[in-house]
Amino acid sequence: MSAVLKISDLHVNVGETPILKGVNMEIRQGEVHALMGPNGSGKSTLAYALAGHPNYTVTDGSIEIDGVNVTEMEADERARLGMFLAFQYPVVIPGVKVADFLRHAVSNIRNPDRKEGEGLIGMREFRKEIRERMNELGMDPEFARRYLNDGFSGGEKKRMEILQLAMLQPRFAILDETDSGLDSDAVRVVSEGLAKLSGPQMGVLIITHHERLLEFNPPQFTHVMLGGRIVETGDASLANELHANGYATVRARHPEAAAENAKAEAAAV
Amino acid sequence: MSPTTIDISRTGFSSEVFEQFLATRSEPSWITDARRAAFDQYQNLLQSELDPEEFKRVDLRVFNAGKFRPSAGTVDSSSISTLLSDKTEFGGSVAHVNGQVTQATVSDQIRAQGVLFGELQGLMTTHRELLEPYFMKKAVQTDADRFSAWHAAFWTGGTLLYVPRNVEVALPLHSLIAHSRDGVADFSHTLIILEDGARATLLEETTSANEDIAGLHVGCVELIVGRDANLRYVQLQNWNQKSWHFAHQAGCVDSNASLQWTVVGLGSKLAHIHQDINLNGRAATAEVNGVTFVSDRQKISYYTQQHHKAQGTHSDLLYKEVLRDEARVIWRGMIKVDPAAQQTDGYQRSDALMLSDDARCDSIPGLEIEADDVKCTHGATTGRVDKEQIFYCMSRGIHRHEAMHMIVEGFFQKVYDRIPVEIVRETLSRTVQGKLGIESIAV
Repeated sequence: MSAVLKISDLHVNVGETPILKGVNMEIRQGEVHALMGPNGSGKSTLAYALAGHPNYTVTDGSIEIDGVNVTEMEADERARLGMFLAFQYPVVIPGVKVADFLRHAVSNIRNPDRKEGEGLIGMREFRKEIRERMNELGMDPEFARRYLNDGFSGGEKKRMEILQLAMLQPRFAILDETDSGLDSDAVRVVSEGLAKLSGPQMGVLIITHHERLLEFNPPQFTHVMLGGRIVETGDASLANELHANGYATVRARHPEAAAENAKAEAAAV
Repeated sequence: MSPTTIDISRTGFSSEVFEQFLATRSEPSWITDARRAAFDQYQNLLQSELDPEEFKRVDLRVFNAGKFRPSAGTVDSSSISTLLSDKTEFGGSVAHVNGQVTQATVSDQIRAQGVLFGELQGLMTTHRELLEPYFMKKAVQTDADRFSAWHAAFWTGGTLLYVPRNVEVALPLHSLIAHSRDGVADFSHTLIILEDGARATLLEETTSANEDIAGLHVGCVELIVGRDANLRYVQLQNWNQKSWHFAHQAGCVDSNASLQWTVVGLGSKLAHIHQDINLNGRAATAEVNGVTFVSDRQKISYYTQQHHKAQGTHSDLLYKEVLRDEARVIWRGMIKVDPAAQQTDGYQRSDALMLSDDARCDSIPGLEIEADDVKCTHGATTGRVDKEQIFYCMSRGIHRHEAMHMIVEGFFQKVYDRIPVEIVRETLSRTVQGKLGIESIAV
């Protein structure tokens, strides 16, 4: 039976400021969901809150993975239960080689009971696997020896996120504007990469402004966020409509949420 | 804050103590005479201030030398565990416990190459003509300051490595300096002489038998690298946190020779290392690596000088420091270029990573350049472990402590990459992991 990522009435603060004001969403393995919304609507906050970033405080509601309440769990526990966030701004870790980093990550994800410092996945097996995945994503094998995201171009960083997704095979992947800041070639690589990887075992939440990513990964569900709430949910045609016409009509349909969004946007400036 | 002059009767190393010490020695008169001259200098130097440039950030007020005595009598080395000695095949090994040499071995093959490796004090007597011109004459001067003079008066034991012309010592050699008793003052000396074209590697480590004994090390390291020679020297300072470590360390590099020197600081309550790199001959090269990890209330101070004295010389110093708890590191680095040293290429850099709000690092690079055609670069950075890095690792399923360890390892990686001996890299990695004891680090 496929597992569910269930978000119920989620309220999240950053510091003292409430950002999410009751978000509900259910994502099953095998489904693709798109999350859209203007700046300041809370999309990235939802992504970070799901991944378990310590600066995002859940004040009410819950997050469940396959019936397990993860709301109070640290990021690493959630990851071991199958949560994955592809970062909008991947972090540089100087001196840590891509291969070493991923070997640690893979060892923990595949053996969730592994204690710190215990044995890692076999080197030979790991090397073979990472080479295959890099090959599929059109990446130079030299990449594995570089320091993680150190001196990487924007496109290389995003591709590295997709490589991690490929290696970790999460049950639920959240892609936070993985296609932003990329040229069209890079967007194509990332879009195709995700399309190859997602399947019946992966539920995907794509946060995007870009058509291309959704073209390659057509969503069954499109959610629109405004003022910290999901105000509309539809199918792929809703995404297309928003691409074509922007958020004016959505704002008109939800004036209260639009006003809250405008406040949040003004505060962020 | 600057240390004041000291009344000799309060140091515990009075004339009486010195005479008692001499009485336990059976040495040729030229050595005794040199000791007496050094003791006079020591007494005089105690009357003058230490160089404030070097010592103003090093608080010596709580240092009570009177608690320590030079050790005499036999010692047993069996209780000493070391980081390096079992980890690889060595061509020879010298072990000191409490300032006395307890073991000195060297392979027949290396001995047959004409290499001298063993206890310095014995070899000084049997090889006076060879060694007297070097001992505290070329690299470290007796009267450099009160610590060098103190050392020259009381030195015992010691490790000597002498490699004849064009001889290559294929296996690394090992030297251990250990304390096994409370209150020991140890004045061990390391003298390495590579004749022209010689090559060798010496790995030296310091250790305490347990965490509870207080120790004092007033050491001296002299590295003489002849023309076209290559020396790789590592000193891994791993005393317990009740030990005081003062050391004069100097290398002299002749024409076309190269010195790869790695200084590791893990232990001690307070350490001050004066490190001189003298590039004496044309196109001499030195690469200096520093790995420091301090915790609790440890303090380690480095005063490094890369002195370019000849044309076309090259020096490259990279120090990396990790600090946790209330630890403190002071690094004062200088590149000095003499008028004759045109086409010098000098580089120095110190990077510190703080794991707590209460740690403190002072990095002060400096240049003193008297030639006009040189390239000298220096820099220093201080940073903290970034919470976003930790979160990023954790979001990939990696435990918090493992993430922390990974980030610290990554920080040291650049300097590890420069350490030419694999077991040293491995040992450091393991030791750093142990020292992280991450539970108490707040991120």
